[in-house]
Amino acid sequence: MSDAPMSDGGSGANLRVPHSHALDKAADVEGRSLWQDAFRRLQANRAAMISAVVLIVMALVCFIGPVLVPWSYEEIDWNILEAAPPNIEAGHYFGTDSLGRDLLARILQGGQVSFLVGILATSVALVIGVTVGATAGFMGGSVDQILMRFVDVMYAVPLMFFIIILMVVFGRNFYLMFLAIGFVEWLTMSRIVRGQTLTLKNKEFIEAARASGGSTAGIIARHIIPNVLGVVIVYVTLTIPQVILLESFLSFLGLGVQPPMTSWGALIAEGAQEMEITPRTLILPAVCLSTTLFCFNFLGDGLRDALDPKDR
Amino acid sequence: MTSVLAIDNLSVSFATPDGDVEAVTDVSLSVEAGECLGLVGESGSGKSQTFMAAMGLLAENGTANGHISLDGLDLLSADEKKLNTVRGERIAMIFQDPMTSLTPHMKIGRQLSEVLIEHQGVDKETGRRRALEMLDRVHIPEAERRLDMYPHELSGGLRQRVMIAIALMCEPEVIIADEPTTALDVTVQAQILDLLMEVKANLGAAIVLITHDLGVVAGLADRVAVMYAGRIVEQGSVADTFASPVHPYTQGLLDCTPSLDVETEALETISGQPPNLQSLPTGCSFHPRCPHVFDRCQTERPLLERTPSGQSKACFYNGAEAG
Amino acid sequence: MSDPLLQVRGLKVHFPVRTGGVFVGQHTPLKAVDGVSFDLNQGETLGVVGESGCGKSTLGRAVLQLIGATDGVVSWLGTDLTSLNKKELIAARENLQIVFQDPLASLDPRMTAGDIIAEPLRNYRPSLTKGDRRKMAEEMMERVGLLPRMINRYPHEFSGGQCQRIGIARAMILRPKLVICDEPVSALDVSIQAQVVNLLMDLQRDFGLALLFISHDLAIVRHISHRVLVLYLGKVMELADKSALYATPRHPYTQALLSAVPIPDPMKERNKDRILLTGDLPSPLSPPSGCVFRTRCPRATSICAETVPGLESAGEGHEVACHHWRD
Repeated sequence: MSDAPMSDGGSGANLRVPHSHALDKAADVEGRSLWQDAFRRLQANRAAMISAVVLIVMALVCFIGPVLVPWSYEEIDWNILEAAPPNIEAGHYFGTDSLGRDLLARILQGGQVSFLVGILATSVALVIGVTVGATAGFMGGSVDQILMRFVDVMYAVPLMFFIIILMVVFGRNFYLMFLAIGFVEWLTMSRIVRGQTLTLKNKEFIEAARASGGSTAGIIARHIIPNVLGVVIVYVTLTIPQVILLESFLSFLGLGVQPPMTSWGALIAEGAQEMEITPRTLILPAVCLSTTLFCFNFLGDGLRDALDPKDR
Repeated sequence: MTSVLAIDNLSVSFATPDGDVEAVTDVSLSVEAGECLGLVGESGSGKSQTFMAAMGLLAENGTANGHISLDGLDLLSADEKKLNTVRGERIAMIFQDPMTSLTPHMKIGRQLSEVLIEHQGVDKETGRRRALEMLDRVHIPEAERRLDMYPHELSGGLRQRVMIAIALMCEPEVIIADEPTTALDVTVQAQILDLLMEVKANLGAAIVLITHDLGVVAGLADRVAVMYAGRIVEQGSVADTFASPVHPYTQGLLDCTPSLDVETEALETISGQPPNLQSLPTGCSFHPRCPHVFDRCQTERPLLERTPSGQSKACFYNGAEAG
Repeated sequence: MSDPLLQVRGLKVHFPVRTGGVFVGQHTPLKAVDGVSFDLNQGETLGVVGESGCGKSTLGRAVLQLIGATDGVVSWLGTDLTSLNKKELIAARENLQIVFQDPLASLDPRMTAGDIIAEPLRNYRPSLTKGDRRKMAEEMMERVGLLPRMINRYPHEFSGGQCQRIGIARAMILRPKLVICDEPVSALDVSIQAQVVNLLMDLQRDFGLALLFISHDLAIVRHISHRVLVLYLGKVMELADKSALYATPRHPYTQALLSAVPIPDPMKERNKDRILLTGDLPSPLSPPSGCVFRTRCPRATSICAETVPGLESAGEGHEVACHHWRD
């Protein structure tokens, strides 16, 4: 029976009075879940909400934009054939790159790749990481030992070389890149999920579920997963920018997407070569990439605060 | 009156994302030298926060209003530097959980002598000697050896003795014991209560005993104040309060504590749930749970007033006399 | 008298604890429960008291087989639970439920009160429809003193006492024959404790429940129990009817425990005879030889260090493990 309640924002404030006036309001009878609470807190977080909106707009523009832009990303404007400044009449709103391709169209296409990589590679990491982490955490014993030692070994492998070798051996394949990045990123995810599962496993409500006759699979599905989800979501939003960055780095090294397709990383690499002549070709994709990463990080932070109110 | 510590109209509120919460409202209390004041209340009643405010130890989102005076020195308006010379030296605190309130990586001897070195500027040798004496005084066996131990090497009971020793180091004028025995087992609690009784008899300091356990108060305190929802609802001498409580809440608390020697069919209860500080009932905060509630309680707030018997209560009900 | 519902014989729960060794660990058994035996009849409450670390919670979980027993028999209506496989055990648990100490921690924070209460139904009565389950949960909420309209609320929206009522409703919904209460009120405020104790006693009367009531609070145990078991370092010190145990405690540990409880009455509290024990509970990793209580016992003699005292009868249904109980 601790009595240090008010210092952390007040456990006393969590006590609802189930008494006359408080309950007569019909709205009070419908419970508000932790998810709803978290969403309400997220909405109150200006930076996170703005970031979310910016991200949605950017994604929409990247995927719908190419239909509206007069040039496609691979078309070469034979009238120009050089990095030209913006020209509204010709339809090059951001100008062209050194080969005379429309820069706006290329940035949009690069954005598509970046977003796709971010989401698909993170999904790969998510699936492997959660499965391995939850299994190791809940089963414990030798299963846990074997899986976690494997993760340790993987950590010790210089992963950048691993990806580079993979790319060199199998050729530059768009989907292989998703897989390769996902394979790198699941390690941390599995550790986080395992840690969460371990703490959850010893919670009384898991014991209560066992006493209520729940099977192992049922307990994982009904009690463990919903409770690790919050942490996983936060980690996912923080993994996406890492993945995007990794892809950009690969593309910058020339190991990423195959021309004429492009990504923000590849565009930055091209732009960097000509930054003295046409800084525009470097700055525009760089701004897009930075903004996206920035927004993801802000959103991730906001989600963490919203989902874990103890750290407020 | 020669009260050492006097709290006057203290209010403490905390800013939370869901709005301000007032944890302590209009509390006035005083303790005299050599006296033990028991402060009783349930969790969230504001009993701890009252004295956290006195020590300047409120959480960051908390603000205190009113006056708290230690022998004429206003603690609420004192700056951090001034407070540091007071804390530990003139007011000492004993916390509920000695594991978290002792520094884990520092030897016991150093934690004890540190207080003296800081406040009285004694040298290391003297500090260590005094620390040893103090450990003897709180009856820690093999004191010499314990000086070089770390907190985690001691049992819960011994850690609480070390906490008490640290509190006594500078012979403070006021000792605030916040649930000093709650984390301990019954047999160890008995030992610590015994020690506190000894301290009270020998030291002449004013002791404030914050607890939810009426039994602990009955054994140690001279006067009792009962808090409910941030306010004092009853105050009086221990003998009077336990023999004839004047507030229905105190009566209820006494009734619902099962006894070791009297057999009852069903326990008396206080109906309802503890109050939500964010939406306190109008009028008397206790009225939704009070067995004697009448119309006036729902609209008007009773003030703490003296009764003919010399006790104080914040209640309109005059049951016994008026019927 | 009919056969007891539950017979526990020589129950031992030892946890291996790593105490040294760099690569190959050295393990010392931590004897959390060490040879405990008792019977529990239908409709009866057995109080289990002891200080922290005495193994009382482990005992409760071992009865349910939430923690496996190292040795001994837990016989439920004649079936030894320790010999059952996983599936049979799940089936047997239908009649054995548990209420936990921390009301909030024992409820899944992402489920509504209704889902929590109905969870045992999902597992044991799969034929029920969702509507049936909801209806039964509402009835049970009403029975334990919660407003059924709060069925869609989440645990964090209830106070501690209400959460404990949800926990009790979950334990009661299958109408079990035995409920293990592991410190069900010690996390609650004084004014709420009495409500929950009364509720448990009500339910016991209505459903003919047997309760294993684990607590460190001797006053509450006295109020709710028929018989009381006193544990110290995993061993039974004394087992007796409530009236005998509280009026004429035979074991020096029981006597010390009883005298240590503060009484909320200044006159009695200040004038009572107190038996102050010295020191703290010894580490369960290296319990004293002979009688485990001897290091703190005011009556200890040389024999206490040499022989482990067995349980002796000190009257009808009164057993005590002490060499000197007659003194």
